[in-house]
Amino acid sequence: MTAPILFFAVGNESRGDDALAPLLVRGLNGWSKAEGLAKRLELLEDYQLQVEHITDLVGRDAVLFIDADFSCTEPYDFSEIFAAKDESYTSHAVNPAALLHAYRRVYGADSPPAFLLRIRGHDFGLGDPLSERAAANLDHATRLAVELCKSASLDYWRGLTKG
Amino acid sequence: MTNPTNDLETAAHPEGLRRVAIDPVSRVEGHGKVTLLLDENDRVHQVRLHIVEFRGFEKFVQGRPYWEAPVMVQRLCGICPVSHHIAASKAMDMIVGATLTPTAEKVRRLMHYGQILQSHALHFFHLSSPDLLFGFDSDVARRNIAGIAAAYPEIAKQGVLLRKFGQEAIRITAGKRIHGTGSIPGGVNKNVSAEERDYLLKDIGQVMAWSREAVGIARRLFEQNLDLYNNFARFDAHTLNLVRADGALDLYHGGLRARDLSGNTLFDHYDYRHYWDVIFEDVKPWSYMKFPFLRSLGPDQGWYRVGPLTRVTQCDFIPTPLAEQARKEFLAFNGGSAARATLGFHWARMIEMLHAAETMEELLHDSDLQGADLVSSGKRQARGVGVIEAPRGTLIHHYKVDEHDQIVRCNLIVSTTHNNQAMNEAIRSVARQYIDGRKLTEGLLNHIEVAIRAFDPCLSCATHALGKMPLQVELLDAAAERIDVLARASDGTFCAD
Repeated sequence: MTAPILFFAVGNESRGDDALAPLLVRGLNGWSKAEGLAKRLELLEDYQLQVEHITDLVGRDAVLFIDADFSCTEPYDFSEIFAAKDESYTSHAVNPAALLHAYRRVYGADSPPAFLLRIRGHDFGLGDPLSERAAANLDHATRLAVELCKSASLDYWRGLTKG
Repeated sequence: MTNPTNDLETAAHPEGLRRVAIDPVSRVEGHGKVTLLLDENDRVHQVRLHIVEFRGFEKFVQGRPYWEAPVMVQRLCGICPVSHHIAASKAMDMIVGATLTPTAEKVRRLMHYGQILQSHALHFFHLSSPDLLFGFDSDVARRNIAGIAAAYPEIAKQGVLLRKFGQEAIRITAGKRIHGTGSIPGGVNKNVSAEERDYLLKDIGQVMAWSREAVGIARRLFEQNLDLYNNFARFDAHTLNLVRADGALDLYHGGLRARDLSGNTLFDHYDYRHYWDVIFEDVKPWSYMKFPFLRSLGPDQGWYRVGPLTRVTQCDFIPTPLAEQARKEFLAFNGGSAARATLGFHWARMIEMLHAAETMEELLHDSDLQGADLVSSGKRQARGVGVIEAPRGTLIHHYKVDEHDQIVRCNLIVSTTHNNQAMNEAIRSVARQYIDGRKLTEGLLNHIEVAIRAFDPCLSCATHALGKMPLQVELLDAAAERIDVLARASDGTFCAD
């Protein structure tokens, strides 16, 4: 059975602060099981988003994408996102809004409601540890993620977004 | 027999020339930069593909215990982690003195061909199809994945589901979606259960059918644009690839085969455990990426091309029937023109995708996948070399391990590095054909990117943090002062600074 809530972390733990999102969901893993949330919440991670990840969105009530970000405000930015055609030239990766757009194109229906948690990172060098500032941001972001886990209400989630 | 001259690599008199940079190259993995030096009449004097990021991974793994390598190296690349997982495992097989059991080898093959299938599907259906289906000069706003999904929804959907199938094969054989641990020194740590086999068999027929259709699409692209496809970014090159002992295409294991421009064999079935006797790596001051060459021909003339086009044209046959038929048609097409064309990469890639699907079907019907004999070992060795044919070409992992089981030396020659000079030749060919003497436009610059994308280069950057991928074209004067800049915004539009 598909868990109604999906947290999808994107990042490469060998790249300094790019590990923020994977570390967040790994931190939640034990906690969610202890809280009896395992059937309600699925935690996934990958190096980067790709088109086939639309298949992971099927049957969800809500999706949270989590990613490190070079430029967002400290400690994080949390927002609801919507399908958007990605006109940009990209590398092999796609952004979350473009993934929602691909979902609509492939399945002919809107994707589940989706949110994006961008955690501010600073250093992305190969082999670097998590920077101190990023570690502090991770603590803040984890507290938000725990709040989100506690309620599946979209209104509650939207109330936590900025703007 | 000599390779073409490397003219346009270095301008004779760079002073006073304008510099145009395409930075980063889009829709390739990682960050690359192309620079062109032009004179006041827009004549091209120098063209170079630079690799912006220094990988440093070979240092990163030093000091680690050898058994960690197959897992660690997956972090090298977000696109082909499985290729590194398997190449490192093969090297570690040597370290532990193992000869693989049938179950271990077949589980690894299933994993590897799953990787080939999903990687080729991504490249053809989502990275290159915007250029190929809309045209190199088409509206930049359409020339992307979303444009394909809108105009060709069935193709976009097939690309998604083919890739998903390959990923599922990887998940089952590697144990996890990412950070897989399935392949270990000396074998694998799990087999494929009957239930998992049946899960993959359920869809394999559809995967084969779509792969056959994709070969047909690639052929039709050539038929519809024969002159363009035959001649675009064309250049001659020596070739290097693995072949099975009987000369068949084998992407998991074999001996090295090198041929010159005329198809004469330079060496064949060469034991890759001593690759350094036939391949050496040159460095150039303007690029972080090394330039491998065939030792017998030297650094100037010995560069070569690897990857699907080389493999499909240089093997003696493909050991699965549908792909072999497709290979014969490819070689015979228009007197063999497609097999010599840079854009022939796309057609060859689809033939390999079909071969991967056929191979996976064969493996799924093999009861060895359910075997229980998973790991072997033998006399411990200090040196291990693992070579496979990864989606983009020959991949070499070479490790030296000390008596404390720590990796003390690592050398990786990744597929894109093998193709370094070949890609430079391709873009110089484009510069001569399309750019020399003309006013630069986005469409013309995209021609250069189309040539690079044919190789499906992976420039090693698994960092993807949001907000990092602008395309900037800078115009600088002889003193390197920026006099103009054109930037591609996130919505695909161009704007002046």
